[in-house]
Amino acid sequence: MIPMRSDDILVAIHGLRVSFRVDRTTMFEAVKGIGFDIPVNSTVALVGESGSGKSVTALAILGLLPKENSTIGPGSRILYRDRNLLELSQGEMRKLRGCDISMIFQEPMSSLNPVFTVGFQITEVLTEHAGLTNRQARARAVELLREVGIPEPEAKIDAYPFQLSGGQQQRVMIAMAIACEPKLLIADEPTTALDVTIQKQILDLIADLQKRRRMSVLFITHDLAVVGEIADHVIVMRDGEIREQGPVHQIFEAPRDGYTQALLLCRPQLARRPKRLPVIDDFLNRAPAAAQDAPERSRGLRGDEQIVLEARHIGKSFWSREGLFGQREFKAVQDVSFKLAMGKTLGLVGESGSGKTTVGLTLMRLHDASSGEVLFDGKDLLSMSPREAMQYKRRIQIIFQNPYSSLNPRFTVGQILMEPMQIHRLGSGEQEHRDMAYAMLEKVGLPGASFFKYPHEFSGGQRQRIAIARCLTMKPDVLICDESVSALDVSVQAQVLNLLQDLQDELGMSYIFISHDLAVVKYMADQVMVMNEGKIVEIANSDEIYLRPQHPYTKKLLSSIPRGWRGPGGNGDRL
Amino acid sequence: MIQTATIDAGPGHTESPGLWVLAWRRFRHDSVGLVSLYVAAFFLALMAASAAGLIASDWGKEVGVSHAPPGFMGPGTTVTPTQRAAMSSASPEVSRGKERDDSGIVDPLADVLVQIRAKAPPGSVDTDVADPLADVLAEIRGQSGSAAAAEARAPTLIFGGDKWGRDVLKKTIKGTETSMSVGLAAAALAALLGTVFGALAGYYGRWVDDVFNWFYSVFTSIPYLLLILSIAAVLNQKGTMTVILILGLTGWTGIFRLIRAEYMKHKVREYVQAADAIGASNTRRMFVHILPNVSHVVLVQLSLHVVLFIKSEVVLSFLGFGVGVDTVSWGSMLNEAQSELLLGNWWQLAAATIAMAMLVTAFGLLTDALRDALDPKLK
Repeated sequence: MIPMRSDDILVAIHGLRVSFRVDRTTMFEAVKGIGFDIPVNSTVALVGESGSGKSVTALAILGLLPKENSTIGPGSRILYRDRNLLELSQGEMRKLRGCDISMIFQEPMSSLNPVFTVGFQITEVLTEHAGLTNRQARARAVELLREVGIPEPEAKIDAYPFQLSGGQQQRVMIAMAIACEPKLLIADEPTTALDVTIQKQILDLIADLQKRRRMSVLFITHDLAVVGEIADHVIVMRDGEIREQGPVHQIFEAPRDGYTQALLLCRPQLARRPKRLPVIDDFLNRAPAAAQDAPERSRGLRGDEQIVLEARHIGKSFWSREGLFGQREFKAVQDVSFKLAMGKTLGLVGESGSGKTTVGLTLMRLHDASSGEVLFDGKDLLSMSPREAMQYKRRIQIIFQNPYSSLNPRFTVGQILMEPMQIHRLGSGEQEHRDMAYAMLEKVGLPGASFFKYPHEFSGGQRQRIAIARCLTMKPDVLICDESVSALDVSVQAQVLNLLQDLQDELGMSYIFISHDLAVVKYMADQVMVMNEGKIVEIANSDEIYLRPQHPYTKKLLSSIPRGWRGPGGNGDRL
Repeated sequence: MIQTATIDAGPGHTESPGLWVLAWRRFRHDSVGLVSLYVAAFFLALMAASAAGLIASDWGKEVGVSHAPPGFMGPGTTVTPTQRAAMSSASPEVSRGKERDDSGIVDPLADVLVQIRAKAPPGSVDTDVADPLADVLAEIRGQSGSAAAAEARAPTLIFGGDKWGRDVLKKTIKGTETSMSVGLAAAALAALLGTVFGALAGYYGRWVDDVFNWFYSVFTSIPYLLLILSIAAVLNQKGTMTVILILGLTGWTGIFRLIRAEYMKHKVREYVQAADAIGASNTRRMFVHILPNVSHVVLVQLSLHVVLFIKSEVVLSFLGFGVGVDTVSWGSMLNEAQSELLLGNWWQLAAATIAMAMLVTAFGLLTDALRDALDPKLK
């Protein structure tokens, strides 16, 4: 980092080590002696994948690490205006927290108390820390809500959190965090749980507040594209160590560390579509050149492909009770029709609540459709009896979003893989099932020893491989990937996407690829279907839709994607 | 947790620890839990040995003098053997159980009685009329071990004797068998009913849930003791089996609610949806997929209810609705102790209470330790 005068530095961290107690004998070092500075009036981004120690670092600054199972190593110092935060008493620390240093969390829904109005929660901060009277605090709260861009703040101050949208809830969280005019705002993945369009608004808001209030922001994220839009300085962490730190232009234009390069290139990009995504090993083994110049894959339908599945006018309504006898209909999906070509991928894009997951579950018969039909082999899947549907069930499979919850924790991997074969009576007998399971493990790139292990012994990416292997045992024709890579780290995401692509090339399966991530869909899909509020707004070949979006909603979605670093000109308005 | 597990599992491993094994590893570090496990295991062993007839099978034998004090207190101070001999020769009834008249009331006819008895010839009881059944009676006495009756009774027993001179220690062991088997069997029955009902109601929801909830509401709307007494009246026979049925049929309600809630939570989890996607039937999803994931709740409830039902059995037997007169349980011991305590004979009460308190405390702590060990943080 550029040497600075000491009064330009708000927080200086030296040799920070944090260990967690795993069980009686083992300690796990989450942060391994890191050091960095947060200058006054600037945004520092802490980037890393899960387990990199970025959130632990933030909690250490706030003094919020759990006392019972964590220890801060000797020699660690966190200097805030020449006071070592690690040596302050509980009381002094509490005074500092929420006043000089405050934090916004990832999940606004669970960070706000659902039984109090937002006004109450903001005024509580003001009366507690700033010593205002209730009347003053309320007036100030309205001002704050206006500042963070909540419409009609005088009315919204008496709203309960559930009456606000996700983006508005995050705005309220930000209002609470800046209520006492902090010098340092720590934002821990503040936009990860939000839709792209909302994400952009929140990022703009944080950048704007930073500039207006001349405070420092420590922005924690896993997404380098977001960092490029907001940060002045970037710190890349991995496994509790700092891999690289420097000004944002240096990180994006001339990354020195292999890991930083990998993070920048493992994510699918809108402009390019290599045959195979580079994975982290390519960079750590120093072969980035090959990855850069990989041949491009062309996508799209010519129009004469064989159709494997056709959905006609699918609708799904949920009914909620209203009053004593009344019922209110909520149309989650309305009149959705599409065709899926054999061996091709249909991307399904939309924000939360757009009904894209509902479409996937309806195709699987995981819940009953309200109307429409799904033709598969010329037969309507939706009108079949459960018994009839059994033989088709095997041929359409789904991979869920969260690999941590989609595998039964009480089953071994062997049991998980063999169960579908037992249910559908595939193959003959135990031995063949076992051989098949081993073959599938090999196919998804897991060692044979995994057979006897339990899901909790695997990382997220490995678990998603197990889920894929489970689907493969049934030799499906159609695979629905419902946000299947959204919960994975960037580097792992690339590996799983490559695996899915290899399997499609080899086995000729058709994919329905559901995701909110437009870049991933662009990379995977031949045809893209954009959904909004339960309806299809646009459906076209993927290159077509990204180059020449027709519908205004599609245009809005595409313009909200964080583009990363766009050179000094792109970010210049804020620097 | 996840991190260590991944590190531990080196390439050489073929078998790896399941969640139960990991739970046991956590449990092993809980010293309180381990001690209570040993205590509970000790009681189980007692129960098994007693049920197999290895120990305390002769608990009904009248081996000591009536109300024999515990060995560590020495022979009774008020009633020495010599006094007893004198007294029994003076008044035969006394040896039938009313030897010490502590009431302080002087029988005004005592002297007359003694005179009459002195006149009467030996053999006949207290009248000149010959007992027509005397021979039969003698025969019966001979069969039922007159030798034993004649045999000198022990003045003290290890932990004292009851009114009939039965060994309190053996009674307690036999009572352990009764009370624990009632507790375990009733808890198993209640857990079975609660789990099956809860699984059905929680998994299917809608009208199935409504039916079970109505059933549940009816059961819980009746005062507990009244319900127990009415079932006891319907079954109309005393015995261990009846008590098990009463407790099991009334005790499933709490478990039902918990399991129902767990099933409602789990049925929307992705692993259950995934099981649906691969074509697993409802029954398979309910009992092969979800049940192992809620089994820790069942286990904790089971051990909680063992404690509850042991106490309930004691209360029932104390009230006289419990086990029959030919069996002994901690409850019937406490019932007897009620009158004994007036005489200052505390040992039967102490024996039953100590045994019960030890088991109940151990089981309670065991439940706590189980809950901690089984807490599925790994999910």
